[in-house]
Amino acid sequence: MLDYATLKLIWWMLVGVLLIGFAIMDGHDMGVGTLLPFLGKDDTERRVMINTVAPHWDGNQVWFITAGGAIFAAWPFVYATAFSGLYWAMLLVLFALFFRPVGFEYRSKMPDPAWRKAWDWGLFAGSAVPALVFGVAFGNLYLGVPFRLDDTMRSFYSGSFWALLNPFALLFGVVSLSMLTLQGATFLTHRTNGELQARARKAASIVAIVLLAAFSLGGVCVAFIDGYVIVSIGDVGASINPLMKEVNRVPGAWFTNYREYPVLWLVPALAYVGGVIVLRTLRTGKTLLAFVGSSLACVSVIATAGIALFPFVLPSSEMPNASLTAWDATSSHFTLNVMLYVALIFTPIVVAYTGWAYRVMAGKVTRDYIVENDKAVY
Amino acid sequence: MIDSTVVDLSRLQFAATAMYHFIFVPLTLGLSWILVVSEAVYVLTGKPIYKEMTQFWGKLFGINFALGVTTGITLEFQFGTNWAYYSHYVGDIFGAPLAIEGLAAFFLESTMFGLFFFGWKRLPKWGHLAVTALMALGTNLSAILILIANAWMQNPVGSAFNPVTMRMELTDFVALVFNPIAQSKFVHTVSAGYVTGSLFVLAISAWYLLKGRHVEFARRSFRIAAVFGVVGSLLTIAVGDQSGYEIGKSQPSKLAALDAAWETEPAPASFNLFVWPNEDRQANDLAISIPFAGGLMATRSISTEITGIREIREQNKERVASGVQAVIALEAMRKNPGDAAAREKFRQHEADMGYGLLVRRYVDDVRQATPEIIAKAARDSVPKVAPLFWSFRIMVGLGGLMFVLFLAALWVSVSNSHSKYPLLLKAFLWSLPAPWIASMCGWCLAEYGRQPWTVFGMLPTHISASSLSSASLWGSIAGFVGFYTLLLIVEMYLMFKYARLGPVVLQPNNA
Repeated sequence: MLDYATLKLIWWMLVGVLLIGFAIMDGHDMGVGTLLPFLGKDDTERRVMINTVAPHWDGNQVWFITAGGAIFAAWPFVYATAFSGLYWAMLLVLFALFFRPVGFEYRSKMPDPAWRKAWDWGLFAGSAVPALVFGVAFGNLYLGVPFRLDDTMRSFYSGSFWALLNPFALLFGVVSLSMLTLQGATFLTHRTNGELQARARKAASIVAIVLLAAFSLGGVCVAFIDGYVIVSIGDVGASINPLMKEVNRVPGAWFTNYREYPVLWLVPALAYVGGVIVLRTLRTGKTLLAFVGSSLACVSVIATAGIALFPFVLPSSEMPNASLTAWDATSSHFTLNVMLYVALIFTPIVVAYTGWAYRVMAGKVTRDYIVENDKAVY
Repeated sequence: MIDSTVVDLSRLQFAATAMYHFIFVPLTLGLSWILVVSEAVYVLTGKPIYKEMTQFWGKLFGINFALGVTTGITLEFQFGTNWAYYSHYVGDIFGAPLAIEGLAAFFLESTMFGLFFFGWKRLPKWGHLAVTALMALGTNLSAILILIANAWMQNPVGSAFNPVTMRMELTDFVALVFNPIAQSKFVHTVSAGYVTGSLFVLAISAWYLLKGRHVEFARRSFRIAAVFGVVGSLLTIAVGDQSGYEIGKSQPSKLAALDAAWETEPAPASFNLFVWPNEDRQANDLAISIPFAGGLMATRSISTEITGIREIREQNKERVASGVQAVIALEAMRKNPGDAAAREKFRQHEADMGYGLLVRRYVDDVRQATPEIIAKAARDSVPKVAPLFWSFRIMVGLGGLMFVLFLAALWVSVSNSHSKYPLLLKAFLWSLPAPWIASMCGWCLAEYGRQPWTVFGMLPTHISASSLSSASLWGSIAGFVGFYTLLLIVEMYLMFKYARLGPVVLQPNNA
């Protein structure tokens, strides 16, 4: 069995891997959903868009489900405190997500244009709303979330839903929405042709610039606010609870990790590399590389945000000492160990058959394909 | 003090969202194997009608599956949103099977779901059959992992309390996975799903036969459903009995309540066929019973008693009082970790700590628990009789009825006498709601029957809920019920539309 502190660090990384997996995989079909009402000019074109992700949306959505399950298993404090505290934000995401499975599955079941149009907007909401809310939630982490813990570890949230929608956090909403939309736009460029592809390419270059601008601005804003710093903490190699530490708020402290380990600056730099790859390859027609560039930007943006917070996961503005961190919000030593084995065994298997599914369904989705398979496709 | 309204509303919301989810789950569990069987016959015989069957029932499967996924997303997050203290207190154990379900089962099922619909032209016949089989395997694996999680709430094995983190932690993963309750629950639940899938196909096929439409298609589907249904219902009944036996051992309160057994009778106890329970008097105002049958079924012996509700409540008074001492010792121990006396006292009473927490429904500070409060808490330790008594009997009655129906269907199919028994065909059609009603009763029995606990004997429901406002809960309940009802109407509409049209929907220029 690995030592507890190492396992805590590994699980911080594994949750990051799951969030990145979610952004790359579910991100591209959410991006397609976000672009659906705007890029598809007629029903067949919208069906082309939907059918680029039709065989995969359900598998991709499991990244989100599994990330939820993994946070429950590895960080029960975070699962309990974040989701109950941010109750209405979470419900907004869930209600929006309801539209996705039914939107994909039911839209083509009736030819009525009003029916289909309604589901187009349903798919849009189910894609864009969660993409936006995730970023807004992340933005609020830097500001700290107003919660406290009592002596029995029960959490109480004292903020309101509307307070989450501040300009600072909304900027992070723009980052996440543009990031996932870029995934969708580059994926569409890769999997469609003709006019639709041209529109997707144009969308991709606009969104890539928005992403890099919002990401840069976000970084600047974070530099000017108070960060959180652990002053003292119990033995991180042992079983501890979140009330066993002292935390201070210090201006600019969210850059502490970057200051101490300058090599980490390479992580945010990758977002720009990814953006440049997208912009260059779109012009040359290497569409798969554009998707890879966009995915690289996802990796970079999420890792950048996570490293800035580390070791904090859910800082508390009301009771900073009760902030949840990667050291004191985790499961027991034994559970982290068991779950590490589970993750090491199953993640490669999942990646393998997902890759196989994409290979089976590879190739452009065209208008002819939709017309010929009218009854069999979405 | 925890707001009781918030707890009640949280329970209502969980019950509603879980039950909506379970409208779709059993059909997915059963229908997926029917798809595997018809496709396997197609691959082996090469007869196109079996491919048609796979694709048509697959279409209905997809309509159902979409809402299964929609309603399932909620459940993955609802422990956190609405049961935060529960999530904190047992997440170390309960979160593991949930995460494994996502990684090992739901990924498989969902990825194959896509290929099932879109891979027909891209995969060789065997390849596609493998996809269908993996999809079915994934759905069933999902069920076992979720039921391992649920079984732990019913019978919390392989775990211990950690006073530093103030929660229960996993000590034995193998015990968690091989919880005897989990095994019987799994087989009982998936075979109930097989019954649901079979009756679904049987009822719609019977309707086609009654109307004289798609006759060849319907006869073959009918036969697969009849065979699968006989096997499924037999398994459901046999393992249901096993499940009841296991629960009787680990949760005497549930057993006593579902039997309306207020007093401990001399063994073997009688079986109550009909009762009018009176909670105030702790007795039945009216009871019709069969001598000896109850004891034989529940304990599988002629000499083991079924402990009555009054006796359980009386015994639990002591456990509550002892549990209160555990909570007091724990508080002292946490204030001063060096307090050896507190540590020793905690060790003595630790097993009863959950019972001590029951008094928190009435007082925040357990030191203020008077004998009256302790008596109230002990009284709470057995759930209400009427809902359990009746949900159990409705479930068992419908289970038996469906077994008979499937036997009749098998006989009709083997003797090829569909046209001779239109009434029987109508009976198959009209009994379509039966498996759903039985499943809902089964869950009511399992979950309501576990009250007042979320984790039996360890964590009371009352302290498990999130600290939310009742306004938030009214809002979210309205949202969930509104959304789900709307989506359910859409789903039923499409299901009826496609079932009415029949397999012709697969051909172009139809529907």
